[in-house]
Amino acid sequence: MLRFVLSRLLTFVPTFIGVTIVSFAFIRLLPGDPITLLAGERGIGEERYNELAAQFGFDQPMWRQYLDYLFGIFQGDLGTSFVTKRPVLDEFLALFPATLELSICAILLAVLLGIPAGVIAAVNRGKFFDQALMTTALVGYSMPIFWWALLLIIVFSSGLGWTPVSGRMSLMYFIEGPTGFMLIDSLLSGQEGAFRSALAHLILPTIVLATIPLAVIARQTRSAMLEVLGEDYVRTARAKGLAPLRVNGLHALRNAMIPVVTVIGLSVGTLLAGAILTETIFSWPGIGKWMVDSIFRRDYQAVQGGLLIIAVIVMIVNLTVDILYGAINPKIRNR
Amino acid sequence: MPLLEIRNLSVDFSTTSGSFRAVDGVDITVEPGDLMAIVGESGSGKSVSMLAVMGLLPWTATVTADRMAFNGHDLRGMTPKQRRRIIGRDMSMIFQEPMSSLNPCFTVGFQIKESLKKHTDLDRAGRQRRAIELMQLVGIPAPEKRLTAFPHQLSGGMSQRAMIAMALACEPKLLIADEPTTALDVTIQAQILELLTGLQERTGMALILITHDMGVVAETVNRVQVQYAGQKVEEQEVGALFDDPHHPYTAALLAALPERATERRLPTIPGVVPGQFDRPEGCLFSPRCRFADARCKAVEPVQASREMGLALCHYPLSHGEPTNREKAS
Repeated sequence: MLRFVLSRLLTFVPTFIGVTIVSFAFIRLLPGDPITLLAGERGIGEERYNELAAQFGFDQPMWRQYLDYLFGIFQGDLGTSFVTKRPVLDEFLALFPATLELSICAILLAVLLGIPAGVIAAVNRGKFFDQALMTTALVGYSMPIFWWALLLIIVFSSGLGWTPVSGRMSLMYFIEGPTGFMLIDSLLSGQEGAFRSALAHLILPTIVLATIPLAVIARQTRSAMLEVLGEDYVRTARAKGLAPLRVNGLHALRNAMIPVVTVIGLSVGTLLAGAILTETIFSWPGIGKWMVDSIFRRDYQAVQGGLLIIAVIVMIVNLTVDILYGAINPKIRNR
Repeated sequence: MPLLEIRNLSVDFSTTSGSFRAVDGVDITVEPGDLMAIVGESGSGKSVSMLAVMGLLPWTATVTADRMAFNGHDLRGMTPKQRRRIIGRDMSMIFQEPMSSLNPCFTVGFQIKESLKKHTDLDRAGRQRRAIELMQLVGIPAPEKRLTAFPHQLSGGMSQRAMIAMALACEPKLLIADEPTTALDVTIQAQILELLTGLQERTGMALILITHDMGVVAETVNRVQVQYAGQKVEEQEVGALFDDPHHPYTAALLAALPERATERRLPTIPGVVPGQFDRPEGCLFSPRCRFADARCKAVEPVQASREMGLALCHYPLSHGEPTNREKAS
């Protein structure tokens, strides 16, 4: 197992270098000049322009800029955003808990509903529940996220008034806690009603963000289960006189989990990378929104730094998924 | 009282192209401690009839029977829950493909102890002890070590032994072995059959062996039931059956045994078992029967007397010659 993890970690090295090159090149390939954008509508004189370019290092040749960036990374320095003048890493870490909290809630919702739904649909293949569920999943998967979010806001926020429209916390409370997770920090703060407010703010974004992963997980679970339910060992389990819950939920599902874990891993990756639309619609102060803003401002350091961290997170999630394969199916472990 | 008594069992599968009758009015009687075989080609409904008894058929199957009783309990009126208390404990089954019949995600020990946990009051230590005992019983060396092995670490023969251990976990009164040796090497086949008959003798359970191999039948069982295209066509004691088969199908099966062949070329039965769309009129075997005449192709035969092996034939054979023919013409 240790050897497996180490060998996978080794493959991180070329991937990591590749990501630095891509993230470095990507933002520079976009038309537009950061200093001109920074100067705003009044424009900027040539002398001042050169001064600023020298200050940010844009006057250096590309390969030099790239090497500076690379050496910075290995010293734990992702550069300084030239818009906010704060270190990119600090900015990222300040915003990431918001994204992480939302992503965790969304993926939990998607997994906890999606897997049982897929199992029940597969066991009742072709019956009403199966067809209703698969149709719903298809609708959920194909629905434009911004429209779905707006529908929910119209019904539950402005119509019924059950949930707040945007943000993470009501203005009545000031929460600054150790974890950055509003749900936990509000509980720790001891302020009355703060937890309820945090929860209420989470509900709609969670539902919106969970919709697509939920649909994908339910469909994937169903198809994987259908394949597995015809296997001989499922018949063996039934021949032992085991209850359907144990046959389907343990013997079959365990074998069906490999493709399901794959799609869960992929979903986690994309969710953590920032749910740009969802965060924008609900004014959720996470990294998705931050990345988009940074791209518009041509904030080179912020974009390349942010992309790099996200890529590393996705790589770690993928490694976790690979390790999980082995935990689920011993055949893979011993290969 | 018979251990298993089945009268007029039929199984229909609903398919997209209509209903298909896989088992057609089969009777099976098994006494306690019986050792019998159900023989027939692929598609003759042997496995399906036994899966129906176990209640393991998919939901597309409809099972009907005039009587279906195990150990005095009517299986037809049982709720699934009542039935699950019997199968795996008093009545268990092993299958054709041992390698794919064990769940690849769980250790052999887990899968054996699971049955014990479901059907017995043994505690954790008791289940471990019983599992080791079972592994020894089926001849698996180093049982403690093998209990922690995953199925892919076992050979085919070992897997089938583990399956047998699992089936025997709760000392069943009836073991159904569905072609237990078909997927195994010839040398291993003999070992597994020996193991099964030895266990049958030792425990006194009844054993139903489903097979298409007449050679296996001759060496293993006491009584034989021959099925063809979902129908029971003959039933006899094994010695009598080999001496004097009464149904032309049985005779043809026996003639196809290499040991009994007299010609240079091995005799075969031309054609295949009829499927959903090519079921003939009259006797289902008539298109492949060398004795069939116009009556066979038009009128469904009825069961002959017990002396004639309950043969489902208009002209049951006696020492290789059709009888009753004069009476018909």
